[in-house]
This record gives sequence, C-alpha cells and structure tokens, in this order.
Amino acid sequence: MPFQTVILWTDWLIFLLVGVIVLAAIYVRGREHLLAPWRRVAHSVSGMVGLTVLLMFVVVGLLDSLHYRPRLAGKEAAARVVYASEVKSALDAVLEPLRSRREKTYSAPLAAQLFAKETIEREDGSQSRDYPRLKYGGAQLKDPAAEWTSSVVRAALGGAAAGGVAWLVIALCVAAALAQATQQRIHPVWEALWRGDTEVPWRAILLTLLGLCLAGGAVIALAQNYHVLGTDKVGQDVLYLTLKSIRTALVIGTLTTLVMLPFALVLGIAAGYFGGWIDDAIQYLYTTLNSIPGVLLIAAAVLMMQVYIDTHTELFPTAAQRADLRLLFLCIILGVTSWTGLCRLLRGETLKLRELEYIQAAHAFGVRHHRVISRHILPNVMHIVLISVVMEFSGLVLAEAVLSYVGVGVDPSMNSFGTLINNARLEMAREPMVWWSLAAAFVFMVTLVLAANLFADAVRDAFDPRVRTRLRPLRKVPPAVQRGAPRR
Amino acid sequence: MIAYIMRRLLYAIPILIGVNIITFGLFFLVNTPDDMARMQLGVKRVTPEAIANWKQERGYDKPLLFNASAPGSGKLTQTIFFEKSLRMFVFDFGRADDGRDIAREIGLRMGPSLAVAVPSFLVGLFVYITFALVFAFFRATAIDFWGVVMCVAAMSISSMFYIIGGQYLIAKLWHLVPISGYSGGADAWRFVLLPAAVGVVAGFGGSTRLYRAFFLDEISRDYVRTARAKGLPESVVLFRHVLKNAMIPILTGVVVAIPFLFMGGLITESFFGIPGLGSYTIDAINAQDFGVVRSMVFIGSLLYIAGLLLTDISYTLVDPRVRLS
Repeated sequence: MPFQTVILWTDWLIFLLVGVIVLAAIYVRGREHLLAPWRRVAHSVSGMVGLTVLLMFVVVGLLDSLHYRPRLAGKEAAARVVYASEVKSALDAVLEPLRSRREKTYSAPLAAQLFAKETIEREDGSQSRDYPRLKYGGAQLKDPAAEWTSSVVRAALGGAAAGGVAWLVIALCVAAALAQATQQRIHPVWEALWRGDTEVPWRAILLTLLGLCLAGGAVIALAQNYHVLGTDKVGQDVLYLTLKSIRTALVIGTLTTLVMLPFALVLGIAAGYFGGWIDDAIQYLYTTLNSIPGVLLIAAAVLMMQVYIDTHTELFPTAAQRADLRLLFLCIILGVTSWTGLCRLLRGETLKLRELEYIQAAHAFGVRHHRVISRHILPNVMHIVLISVVMEFSGLVLAEAVLSYVGVGVDPSMNSFGTLINNARLEMAREPMVWWSLAAAFVFMVTLVLAANLFADAVRDAFDPRVRTRLRPLRKVPPAVQRGAPRR
Repeated sequence: MIAYIMRRLLYAIPILIGVNIITFGLFFLVNTPDDMARMQLGVKRVTPEAIANWKQERGYDKPLLFNASAPGSGKLTQTIFFEKSLRMFVFDFGRADDGRDIAREIGLRMGPSLAVAVPSFLVGLFVYITFALVFAFFRATAIDFWGVVMCVAAMSISSMFYIIGGQYLIAKLWHLVPISGYSGGADAWRFVLLPAAVGVVAGFGGSTRLYRAFFLDEISRDYVRTARAKGLPESVVLFRHVLKNAMIPILTGVVVAIPFLFMGGLITESFFGIPGLGSYTIDAINAQDFGVVRSMVFIGSLLYIAGLLLTDISYTLVDPRVRLS
C-alpha cells in the first residue's frame, strides 16, 4: 500500500456524526410529520443560502478528516515498509502544491517579491538592497513590474470563466432534476426557476453557488502561480492554513454538542420526569457547574490537561495524535461547561410534558418509565435539542478563537482560526502592516459563522412552535409584506 | 424580603462548597502536585529535591485530605484541601507565584476593570435598548429588515476583530487615543474610551436583536391592543407599556452580568493592556500560576451567585406581581 490510513479520535467522532445524520435523514424521509418542519427550512431563502455555504465548508472539513501516513520512498523502504511520521489528510494531498511551495518569510497576497528588503548578491558580485524574488510566487514572470498585472488579471478572469462554466453545468443539472421530479419539460422549469417560482429557493441557492464558483475558480487559477493570500512568517501559504483551519472550527462546533448531548438529555429528562431528590441532585449539579465562569473552568481544565499530556508524552506516538487528543479534550471540556443550558431547558419541557394526558394515560396503562421516556418524552423534546445544537454552533466557533488567544485553546501546532489570529496579531505593529493573515481569518470566519447563523435561524423558525403560531396569520399576506414581516 | 435574602445566601453555601470541591478535584486530583512541579520546572532533568522545594514554597507538601502525622485537629487542618480550598471562604487566597498576595492584588486590579466595564455596560445597555426600540417601532419595514440583517452580520464577527479593528483605525491610523495602556486619576478616560467603545460595538448585534425579539413578543400582547384601542399614540404604547414589560426578560440577562463587571473583559483587557482582573487571569493562565486561577474561579462563582440574587431582587422592582417570600 502506498499509504497507511490513520483514524484519529476526532475522525471517528466525525464519521459517527455523519452516520447519525444520514440515518436520521433516512428515518425522517418516510415520516411526513417529521418532514414538515424540514420542508419549512428548505423554503427559507436565508436558511438555504446559509446551508449552501455551510456545505462548502463541510466538504473541506470532511476531506481534511481523511488522514493517512504516506509511505516513504527510498532504499530501505524497498525492503521494509516505512511510513512517514507526519500524518496527512486528503485535503493535504489536494493542496500539495500550496503546502510544499514554501517561501522564506512574509510576502503579500499575489506578490512576486518578498515583503521585506534584503541584501541581494548580483551575478557580477556587487550587492544591493532590494526586494528579492519569491521562490514560487510569480516565478514564471521574467519582469514582474511589467508583466504582473496582465498575468494576474488573465489568470483571475480565466479561472472565473471556468468557474462560471462549471456553475452553468450545475445549474442545468438542477433544472433537469427538477424537471424530472415534476414531470415537466426543462424549459418552463428553467424559467420558473429564474422567476423565483420554485418552492425551494433555487434561484438564491444557484446565485450563491455562482458567487462561490466564480471566486473559487479565480482563486484556483491564481493559486497555480501565486500565493493568493500571501505567506506567513515562516513562508507558509496563508490560503492553505486557512483551509486547514476549517476542520478545527467544524470539529469544535459540532463535536462539542455531540459530546454534551448525552449528559444534557439523560440528566435533563431524568430531573424533569422523576422529580424529587433526583431533580434536586441534578439541579444542584448544574447550578454549581454553571456558577463557575465558563472561561475559567475551561482554562483550569485545559491547564490540567496540559500537565497530563506533558507528563505522559509516551502515550502519543505522533504530534498529530497529541494535537488531536487535545482538540478532543477541548471539545469535552467545552461540552461539560455548556450542557447546563440545554439541561435546564429539557428539564422544564419534561416537567410540562409529564403532566399531559397522554403521559398520564400511559402511566395508567402501566407502561414502564423507560418506555414512556423513549416513546413519549424524547420525541417531544427533540426540537429543543435540535434548535440548541444548531444555535450553539456559531458561538463555539467564535469561542475557539478567543480560547486559542487566551492560550487554552487548541494545540499551537494545530491550524485554527484562533492560532491564525494570534500569530497575525503580533504583526499589527509592523510598518507597513502585515494584514493578510488577519484578513484571511476574518473573511473565512465571518462567512462560516454568518452561514451558520442564517441556517440556525431558519431551523429555529421552523421548529420552534412559538414562532410558528405567531407567524401563521401572515401566511395570506402578499409576499412583499411577508418578506419584511417580524422574524424572531 | 430580608428573610428571603438570608435564605438565598444560605443556599449559596452548598453551591460554593461544590465549586470548591470541583476546583480542588481539577487542580489536585487529576494531577498530583508532583506532576505540576515537574511541569513547571521542566519535565526533563528535574531532581527530587527541586520538586520537594517547589512544593514546600507553595505549601503543596502536605497530604491532600487527611494528615495522619499532625497532632489533634491538625489532622484535618494541615492539609492541602483545608489550606488551599477552604481558606478561600475567608478570602485568604495565599500568594501568587511571584510572591505577591493574591487578595491584595485583586483589590488593586478591581478599579481599572470597573473603569472599563461599567461605562461599557451602561452605554451599551442604553444603545441596545434604543436601537431595539427603533427596530420594533419600524417593524416590518425596510429599516427593521436591514437593521436585523446588520445585527446578524455584526453577530458573526469575532470580538477579537472588533478589538483589532478599533485599535488599528482609531488608535493607530487616526491617533485619537493611545493604543493600549492605563493610568489612574483624571487621565484614565483616554485609556478607557476605546476599550469601552469597542465593548459596546462588539455586543451590539446579539443584544439588539435579542431585545428587539423581547419587544416584539410584548407588542403582540392583548394589553398593547387595548392601549391602541384606547387611542394612545404608538410612541406612548411603546415607551410606557412595552418598554416596561420587556424590561423583565431584559433584566434576567443583564443583572446576572453586573457582578462580572468586576472581572472585566478577559481579552479586552489583555489587548488594551489594562491592569485589571481579566488581564490578571490571562497572565496567570499563561504563566500557569495555579493559585491565581483557582482564586479567580472562586471569586467568579461568588459573583455569579450574587448576580442571581440581584436578578431576583430586581424582579420585585419592575414586576409588581413578583413577591419574594
């Protein structure tokens, strides 16, 4: 085998999560009452635009979760199978050119020269102070001053055009699929789609995709010869670092809630359902945990974990495994500090459900507690779980950046938006300023969090029964009014 | 009322003991003091004497829970649990790693923290409520729509970018105020202005949107319809009826935060170099000064409990239906 697959702890959990989502989707498909709120999500313009962008991030994150160790080439390798100690991911393989083309130090986005002047030795032996050419960025240019603009513009336009063509293919596929599903000819479907006459807001989704395709195409074309977002202090390509950070953000945002969910579900429902001393004990537990300021509890726990990792180095064969375990620990700690809110909500809802007639009836029939909980209570609190999971996501992504800045976040060797900001912050004082790492982290983070926020709002609006009843009278109102209707 | 407060204060005691046990477990049971010493002194090439010395300097050389070798009641008091954890109840936090008294340090640093946090809190509250009211007044119009869009966008930006952006624009580019630092006395406002303003801007999106939702909740109530039916102008309805009633959910979130003003903003203070409790905590985390972090955890939970109590009391002030008994 040319490589050895490595499955890190967080990878297992990510695959588990993907599996759960797929199973849930299959389960929901056949049940109309479960499908109805999702249909409302699918009809929300902002929600679907957010989801489209979010899916792009998820693809990058999933690619980055397929880890392997490449086989080392060389003499001994022929006799004995040796794998590199460095763990790579499928994303690394895709981005290999970006990863390997390291410059000496800082260079601005799309630059052909280094950011700082250096003493250059000419061929005739004389010395001068000038901006040295980059090893890879714009290396094909003979005279950067003259050719740079045309080269960049040509690459960007060409890439964008290719992206546009790719988008057109996607759009036609969508229209064809819609036509197939509704048993219509493709032409009227295509027109209805661009009038915005479809139930699912395909026009908005396709326009979002168009933007992504154009930008993506231009970036891919430019990345062949340039560092699109510049390079950092040790000459790494910032675009590569940012793309690698996406997985960390997604892991923190999703696995944390996955880790905390069992606690919150079991304890919240138990407290509400059984009452009495169980309720008291659980309430005491979460009040106590809640009263410790989150950041401090996380800081204390991470400090302690750091001590543990440092004194037990023998447990971690590779640096990636150590960083990964630290990330997992961080998720667990964040989960432990953030389950209390959901637990309290679940307790309150269960308290309310417990008194309803159908549960009283189940009791009267002698249905056992665990049956009552799994058949009658659990399905009726799931909307709260779902809403809080999607609402929590963006907050966790933002929290990671802050925690990494405080020094209790992910391993410093792990790429994340927090470490990116933290490293870039020190360059603020330089004159002229090194702004591109910060800008890159800003753009990617805002896009991710904004998309997550939009999607989360759509999910909440669709699942929260309070919002639904309030919006119902507005259904009959013409669309122009409806668009500006009060939303929660 | 006084009986209620007393009872609530008594409830706080088991919670504080719980907090104490959790922090004790985190700091001393997960890793032994030996591990901590090895970590601080460097994992390799560390002699047993150096570890013993380190532990003795910090008072970690005693047994954790039960000291069999001590006489009398010393069996229980001459332990790490008693000296490091229970002593916090009388605000005896011991000394930091640099030898300074933690309690004194906390007293000194409270001032700068408050100087930044209180103006930011008050101005912020005023601004958020004002904008939320404006959006609620113009509900279902373009102003409201774009206001909410702006709020969602603002929510999606990490607070660190607000700080970095503010520092860059106002301090570095326009030279209006110093980038960072602090000085006491009358000159303090120059240093406080930017961090406080950044704090207000950073919280704008989330809070305004939340308060707007509270206002909209109230606007669809029956009493509002009655007020309109009586012929009251919309502004009176909004300010006299809706604002008052929406204060209840707003207070729930706000009053809990008041005690935390003492703690200041962790990252704000560290970015702006303000010698408050927030930057104290961050420095302690970076220097792995376990004593200080432990003390801050204790103080934080104390403030949280105070916040809950304040919230309940404030309810009686705004909502005559709530009586504490």
